[in-house]
Amino acid sequence: MKMNKTLAILAWGMIGLLGAAALAVIAVHRGEPINALWLVTAATCCFALGYRFYSRFIAAKILSLDSLRATPAERMENGRDFLVTNKWVVFGHHFAAIAGPGPLVGPVLAAQFGYLPGTMWVLAGGVFAGCVQDFVILLFSVRRDGKSLTEMAKDEIGVIGGFVAYVAVIAILIILLGVAALIVVNALKASPWGTFTIAMTMPIALLMGVYLRRIRPGKVLEVSALGFVLVLAAIWGGQYISQSATLARLFTFSAPTLAILIMVYGFAASAVPVWLLLAPRDYLSTFVKLGTIALLGVGIVALHPTLHMPALTRFVDGSGPVFAGKIFPFAFITIACGAISGFHALIASGTTPKLIARETETRMVGYGAMMCESAVAVMAVVAACVMQPGIYFAINSPAGIVGQAPAAASATISGWGFPVTAADMQALAHAVGEQTLFNRTGGAPAFAVGMASIFSHSLGGETLMALWYHFALMFEALFILTVLDAGTRVARFMVQDALGHVYEPLGRTSWYPSILGTSAVIVGAWGYFLWQGVKDPLGGINSLWPLFGISNQLLATVALCVATTIIIKMHRARYAVVTLAPLAWLVAVTFTASWQKMFDSNPRVGFLAQARVLAAGPVNGATARLIFNNRLDAVVTGLLVLMVTLVLVESLRQWMGILSGTREARVKESPFVRTRLAEEQG
Amino acid sequence: MRQIISGWRTFMDALREIFDEAAYARFLNRAGVASSNEAYAAFRQELEKTNGRRPKCC
Repeated sequence: MKMNKTLAILAWGMIGLLGAAALAVIAVHRGEPINALWLVTAATCCFALGYRFYSRFIAAKILSLDSLRATPAERMENGRDFLVTNKWVVFGHHFAAIAGPGPLVGPVLAAQFGYLPGTMWVLAGGVFAGCVQDFVILLFSVRRDGKSLTEMAKDEIGVIGGFVAYVAVIAILIILLGVAALIVVNALKASPWGTFTIAMTMPIALLMGVYLRRIRPGKVLEVSALGFVLVLAAIWGGQYISQSATLARLFTFSAPTLAILIMVYGFAASAVPVWLLLAPRDYLSTFVKLGTIALLGVGIVALHPTLHMPALTRFVDGSGPVFAGKIFPFAFITIACGAISGFHALIASGTTPKLIARETETRMVGYGAMMCESAVAVMAVVAACVMQPGIYFAINSPAGIVGQAPAAASATISGWGFPVTAADMQALAHAVGEQTLFNRTGGAPAFAVGMASIFSHSLGGETLMALWYHFALMFEALFILTVLDAGTRVARFMVQDALGHVYEPLGRTSWYPSILGTSAVIVGAWGYFLWQGVKDPLGGINSLWPLFGISNQLLATVALCVATTIIIKMHRARYAVVTLAPLAWLVAVTFTASWQKMFDSNPRVGFLAQARVLAAGPVNGATARLIFNNRLDAVVTGLLVLMVTLVLVESLRQWMGILSGTREARVKESPFVRTRLAEEQG
Repeated sequence: MRQIISGWRTFMDALREIFDEAAYARFLNRAGVASSNEAYAAFRQELEKTNGRRPKCC
């Protein structure tokens, strides 16, 4: 026994030393490129230590996980949403729900600062903030019959907390959907190969739907594998489309046309019962997503590529072309999902708590799944940083910053100290089967080039580079489209729920006038942001991604307010720093970012400053719209901050009242019921 | 060897849960019917009611 303990101490000591060494190399190394394995090693050690020690401390000292307490999955089991489920199955289910394009796109955009800031934020943010948030919210939801974040906010903080959480959820959904759609538009514009591949997923999904419905009912894994093979065939066939002048024209769309097509798709997906198309596509997207993440993980470890991006670039001063703003606060809102994401609190208080068999499993599912998401973010950092920096900036810089012409753009980027030539870019575009890779903002094309270059060095060599590139592009676009249709429906249901209080028929989810009206409102709202991004001369991502990051992190602020309030009510105030520290950090980050986005005098950073600059010049229809959009973005940011301030004030009042003894510390948990599972399992 | 088999089974269980195959099996069990086109259509209808409100993360 004593021997085992000594061995464990030695093993964990070694992991700690190895992690510290890897972190030191990442943080201190300058000049020469470093190998991606250093990032992988640092991440593995940090996550292992965080899970073994920090999550265990939280589980034991703060949450007092009780394996004898029956969970809602056991007490309320109905065979549908409440269901006792194997912990690994819940883990997989939860990870599939939280993993999206965010942890891939955010780190790619933040790589403009170098590989160091993004990596450090993903590691520290993951271990001390994101994993903690997901873990505690999941446990608190389990102890409250699987209640949602908004219900818990209402119960524990008050009506204001519940209202703000509700509005924040809708706001974040709308902004998220607008930004996600913009990423797809930027990835597919003027790309006949990419557009053809995505277009082909529609007939493939319909075929899968017919197979599922008529030929082999319910055999989803089987049909998803079949669909995957067909998608691979579509990717392979796409090259012939792009090589044929006639066919290429059919699949070549401008950004505004793609934006309109995506809005029509979003509306149809929300308003028309098209499960025959959507459900199989959703399965296909999940199949591709899980496979690609696994493949990328194995690829990075096996091929351990060299990172060409420096640890820190000159753009730490805030003058970056991808998005404007200094490392603090913008690196921390650009990378949300890989470090901490308020959206995860919705999943952790949605389906997952209704599947957990034992309280003790919330640690593995909540903390563990988020750790895996952070690992995906580290992979994205690697994918972005394996490219030569000049190429990275040529892909990610908008025409409004570097110029439209290849020669001018190359000269500007080379002038920043990141050499690249128009010929290099033309050769790369040719290698991946595109006409051009300049000004492909949004993160998805850069990620696709990074992933393709990692794999092209082994599997298939340069000849398969174009296929890898379009595979990565298809994977991101397909997944984002499923986020779009699912998100539009969820937001539509939320609006219908609210309107139902005003006029009962509007709340009926089967009443067509209400379905059409609310779908139009939701699509119109995110479509507005999408259109704004498409028409923005700075590429849209510059203003919209920070807005999305701010709203997502503000939702995390609400989630951490709820968690801290409950911890204090549980008489564990001395440990409340566990959620208070990330909360304080997020308040500092989001409030600073919001202030700068609204009032900074640099027109590339501040919405109002940009509106002023535009207003000072000749005003025509286009500039008038840009001025209005900038002012609107400033107002949206201000409103989000105002609402979260109300939740913070309300939470502070609760905490002060409880700690001073003037307010009763009563948690609204479900009563303790002893589990039967412990006896059944001996 | 037993651990590998058990690990593989759990992995497949997770995939079946993620891809709703397990939910369909439970539906058939609950409804006491065999798999058929009609049963799958009814299952999809029931699933839409719960899945429709399930957000997907960014």
